[in-house]
Amino acid sequence: MIMTTHHWYDRLSPRTLAGRRTLVGYIFISPFILGFLLWFLIPAGVALWLTVHDWNLISPPKYVGLKHLGSMVADDRFWQSLRVTTTYTLVSVPLGLVLGFMLALLLNTKVRGITVFRTVYYLPSIVPAVASAVLWAWIFNTEYGLANAALRALGFPKIAWLQDPQWALPALIIVALWAFGSGMVIYLAGLQGIPDVFYEAADIDGAGRWAQLRHITIPLVSPVIFFNLIIGIIASFQVFTIARLVTNGGPQNATLVYVLYMYQNAFQNLKMGYAAALAWVLFIIVVVLTLFVFKYVGGRVHYEDAR
Amino acid sequence: MTTQPQTISMRQTAASHKRRLVWERRLWKGLILTILLIGAFIMSLPFVWLVSSSFKLEEKIFIFPPEWIPDPFRPQNYVEALLYKPFGLYFFNTMRIVTLNLIAILLSASFCGYGFARIRFPGRDFWFSMVLATLMVPYFVLMVPQFIMFSRLGWVDTFHPLTIPFFFGGGAFNIFLFRQFFRSLPEELADAGRIDGCTEFGIYWRIMMPLCKPALATVAVFTFLAAWNDYIGPLLYLRSDYNFTVAIGLATFRGVMRTEWNLLMAASTAMILPVILLFFFAQRYFVDGLVLSGLKG
Repeated sequence: MIMTTHHWYDRLSPRTLAGRRTLVGYIFISPFILGFLLWFLIPAGVALWLTVHDWNLISPPKYVGLKHLGSMVADDRFWQSLRVTTTYTLVSVPLGLVLGFMLALLLNTKVRGITVFRTVYYLPSIVPAVASAVLWAWIFNTEYGLANAALRALGFPKIAWLQDPQWALPALIIVALWAFGSGMVIYLAGLQGIPDVFYEAADIDGAGRWAQLRHITIPLVSPVIFFNLIIGIIASFQVFTIARLVTNGGPQNATLVYVLYMYQNAFQNLKMGYAAALAWVLFIIVVVLTLFVFKYVGGRVHYEDAR
Repeated sequence: MTTQPQTISMRQTAASHKRRLVWERRLWKGLILTILLIGAFIMSLPFVWLVSSSFKLEEKIFIFPPEWIPDPFRPQNYVEALLYKPFGLYFFNTMRIVTLNLIAILLSASFCGYGFARIRFPGRDFWFSMVLATLMVPYFVLMVPQFIMFSRLGWVDTFHPLTIPFFFGGGAFNIFLFRQFFRSLPEELADAGRIDGCTEFGIYWRIMMPLCKPALATVAVFTFLAAWNDYIGPLLYLRSDYNFTVAIGLATFRGVMRTEWNLLMAASTAMILPVILLFFFAQRYFVDGLVLSGLKG
């Protein structure tokens, strides 16, 4: 084949082999590229535009500059929603991680009935959020709910779970923890991937269970723990359905999670601009948190092939 | 450890040591089993409470201590609850959305995943990093602008916002999953196809797709789950009662039934049941999906 000059468009030209391959490749990924433009880039642009406008979808939008950022700083409910979501994340994510990991450790000991246990612990995490919300609203009923029935059976006084601002958020955290089993399945697969020889070698060296856990198990499943941590943080900053259906943010904004506040602004008060500004802040928080976790936790993660 | 004990006393200590080890192991196993049983009891209590409440007479709901085995046993609760609102129609609507999502995601995500996995071309890695980037962006960040776009398109109170976007790539997570799966298939298969004059699309459709049934099943299971459980999407976009999904139907049913917890529990059980059935029939694919997403990420 005679090829004297190479032009940049040769790579796209269907006449050369590489060009044809490029064309075919782009045809294959074109649905994603189109979707990326339509449902991602354009909305992101609209969101930027909205952030500097006042718009209730009915009257014409009005340019307001950075007003929304100023009102956010002075908005008590914004700070409350940040506080609620942060508390929710700080409690539910680490607890879920530890519980999921410990459960996986227990299930990895070749006890009898592992499939039954795995099913029982996993099922709550696939229960539809709406059904879960209805169920837990009944469980936390002050007079006749299961939670207080259990407390009374154990001799504790009853708690007004969903009416007491002190207890409403813990109640939502309990609902979240009921679903901790989804992480367990991932851990379990990670644990089963650790070769037995590591433990056999440690046995010969006289390492106890605790030493084996610290020096073999935890380092080898640390990528999985790390993955669950990131996913957990991102998910818990987006908790919505349970908070809306069980308490709707109350009592006294005690469960006003961030996304619920954003939803109220956009679809109840029709403050589209303010809601878009809140969305950008959410995005920045999630990105900063993720980078922070990558920097300070990611360094401790042990990767097998990167020795 | 020496294999040949020299004295009787040494042999005895070795034996007792062994016995102790056996006992220790048994004790350890017993402890683990106890913890697991207690945990399983606590985890399943809400389910037992749910099902028990769903069969109770209304007056029997409000007694303390609670009655675990309902007397009288009222399966009619289910009939009453599911006829109070047109749950049959809601189910039909949900299944329409599920079916469209299945078609969209299985075709579109596998198609893109194949491109990312098996064709080398300039810009591929850049676009794949965009796939990963969209994976990290929370849904709620773009909720408001997407709503404005879809309402401009006149899509409010139709199924379009819940189905059409999935025809464009089918979601970053699913593309990722298919890419991982396609990468694990041997290139020789594709080469054999090429020699026989198969185009790249032919290789994708006739050679690779039939081999990726496990990935298709996993994605199908999670697609069903996502559409069946989705609350925020239908909440934003579906307005008329006749367009409601089961999730929205149950949420509004909750708004109407303030205290009839037995009927609410019956409707909730009915909504949970398909998910549990799916889990029992497709357990393997649930685990595969979680593992594929978690370990190879």
